[in-house]
Amino acid sequence: MNASKSLLVAAAALAMAGMAQAEPVKVGMITTLSGGGASLGIDTRDGFMLAVKRAGNPDLEVVIEDDQQKPDIAVQIADKMIQSEKVDLLTGIVWSNLAMAVVPAATAQGKFYLSTNAAPSALAGKGCNPNYFSVSYQNDNLHEAAGAYAAKAGITKAFIMAPNYPAGQDSLAGFKRFYEGEVVGEVYTQLGQTDYAGEIAQIRASGADGVFIFLPGGMGISFVKQYADSGVGLQLIGPAFSFDQSIIQAMGDAAVGVLNGANWSPDLDNAANAAFVAGFAEEYGRLPSVYAAYGYDTANLLLSAMGKASVTDADAFRAALREADFDSVRGEFAFNASQHPIQDLYVREVVRDGDILTNRIVGVAIEDRGHAYEDECKM
Amino acid sequence: MSAMLLIEQVLNGLQYGVMLFLMAAGLTLVFGVMGLINLAHGALFMVGAFACASVAAATGSFWLGLAASLAAAAAAGAIVELTVIRRLYARDHLDQVLATFALILVFSEGTRWLFGSFPLYLDIPPALAGPVTLPGGIDYPLYRLVLIGIGLAIAGGLFWLIGRTRLGIRIRAGEADREMIAALGVDISRLYTIVFALGAALAGLAGALVGALQSVQVGMGEPVLILAFVVIVIGGIGSIKGALVGAILVGLTDTLGRFLLPVLFGAFMPPSQATTVGAALASMLIYILMAGVLVVRPGGLFGRA
Repeated sequence: MNASKSLLVAAAALAMAGMAQAEPVKVGMITTLSGGGASLGIDTRDGFMLAVKRAGNPDLEVVIEDDQQKPDIAVQIADKMIQSEKVDLLTGIVWSNLAMAVVPAATAQGKFYLSTNAAPSALAGKGCNPNYFSVSYQNDNLHEAAGAYAAKAGITKAFIMAPNYPAGQDSLAGFKRFYEGEVVGEVYTQLGQTDYAGEIAQIRASGADGVFIFLPGGMGISFVKQYADSGVGLQLIGPAFSFDQSIIQAMGDAAVGVLNGANWSPDLDNAANAAFVAGFAEEYGRLPSVYAAYGYDTANLLLSAMGKASVTDADAFRAALREADFDSVRGEFAFNASQHPIQDLYVREVVRDGDILTNRIVGVAIEDRGHAYEDECKM
Repeated sequence: MSAMLLIEQVLNGLQYGVMLFLMAAGLTLVFGVMGLINLAHGALFMVGAFACASVAAATGSFWLGLAASLAAAAAAGAIVELTVIRRLYARDHLDQVLATFALILVFSEGTRWLFGSFPLYLDIPPALAGPVTLPGGIDYPLYRLVLIGIGLAIAGGLFWLIGRTRLGIRIRAGEADREMIAALGVDISRLYTIVFALGAALAGLAGALVGALQSVQVGMGEPVLILAFVVIVIGGIGSIKGALVGAILVGLTDTLGRFLLPVLFGAFMPPSQATTVGAALASMLIYILMAGVLVVRPGGLFGRA
């Protein structure tokens, strides 16, 4: 082969590669932008759009709609996005019950779904699907991190507590999976409960030396304030959801010193994360939460796959997604066979930094953790 | 289970009940006097909490915030009554539910527009923070004791207002026969505005007081609203005394149920099953209580049957 011919081949290859990149991708983001859970969806969206804006890729189009945290509305939006807006890919759902309503139907219609947060066990195990990727975690992961670290933090007799709904039950199961101490009290609270005086009295009487709670959103704020005021003072530990950037400001100093299991933290030491945290603060004037980090990673994963394959070739695009060839803000990042992340899980501590409260990593809880349902996934 | 723990739980139930009373009192007044179902009462609770949190953050004083919560909720209540509610008295309950539900949405999105989607910070004033040791050696949060005191004082004030003042006489007369007191020359529409603003102020005060213990966020009023409806149905619609007794019953039943039922089931079940079953049954308990009361007294404990 002479030089001019090989140049021609190279040019053709480049042109084809260029064509692959030029194939536009339309993304439908369904997330919660109103109601009590809006801060989570807003951070998801803002993180995602920050990455999109930075990439400046004209072939990526994003349509965003508010699911109001209601499964029926999420299903309607998904139908509309798939049928009339012809999106190639869906993303953005915060809540597991909404994900269960939308994801199986969307993947069955051949659409990709990249999860920015919700990753219920049903979609990680028996219900895994070649078109479904969880970029965030598997739901149990952050509870597992708290459980694995609790004994190291000196909690040998734990009082554990979560709301009485599927995610709450999974949470306590996840905590106990790696916890080496003794569970001296286990309480299910009501979903949406705002007064925890009764539970705090039980904690005081239980003889525990530490408390694990999974109380997302406003429930966690209420509990932590009341717990601090009660003077019980035992070490608190939980998953990052209860002690994330969007929530701890409202807890104030009551949150300082609380430990929480996470797979990301604003102080995680890698270049991608430093650029993300600084960029997010500059763009939106606040520190990012875990939801923003997942949104940002999801968009970057998508952009990396767009650079490798055309979304019209589902097999090639799936293979490109599976490579996870992007700079994750979590450092090392890979997908396992069920297309969930293999990643290090950390424990963070809430600290006061000047006027604001934030999280700092205090240790690694589990290295290279996949999830507990891997064996159930057959694909 | 020690006696001290039980006493502490009774105090918790009492405190919870007293806070529910502040919500329920306004709701029952409005329902009793005007025959209006006001779903937006929870939104006024939220207005009070947000007013308190933002004024407390700006001035550093919880007490100024508390005053602001009363003023803001009363003003919001009066404005809503003058612009929207006034048109609903003659309509049936379905129209009222629809319109006041719309008000919830307006208040929620308006609050989000003003304050953003993130929960606000509001803490207990330093003077009332931390626990005190009660006789018998129970460590109990001072703020919760103060809440019980404030709630009971307001209950006393309301009894006095309804039973002993001219305004109270008019309110009671309005409940009994609104055409007649209008015919006697009482400005019924002004009376309605005052009653509505009073109910709103109580809801706002409750929002501010409870907001210091809980999270101040959009939509915080609706869960309380549901309980407040349970309270006024148990107590008898329109009765302040019923609202007080109903609220304390609901508070005690809920708190003690959550605490005692898992213990009870634990006596003959494995612990993990007992907590699940106990928690599930505890969350139904107040509705079972409501159904039980309605079977015996269909008009509620102090209502007109």
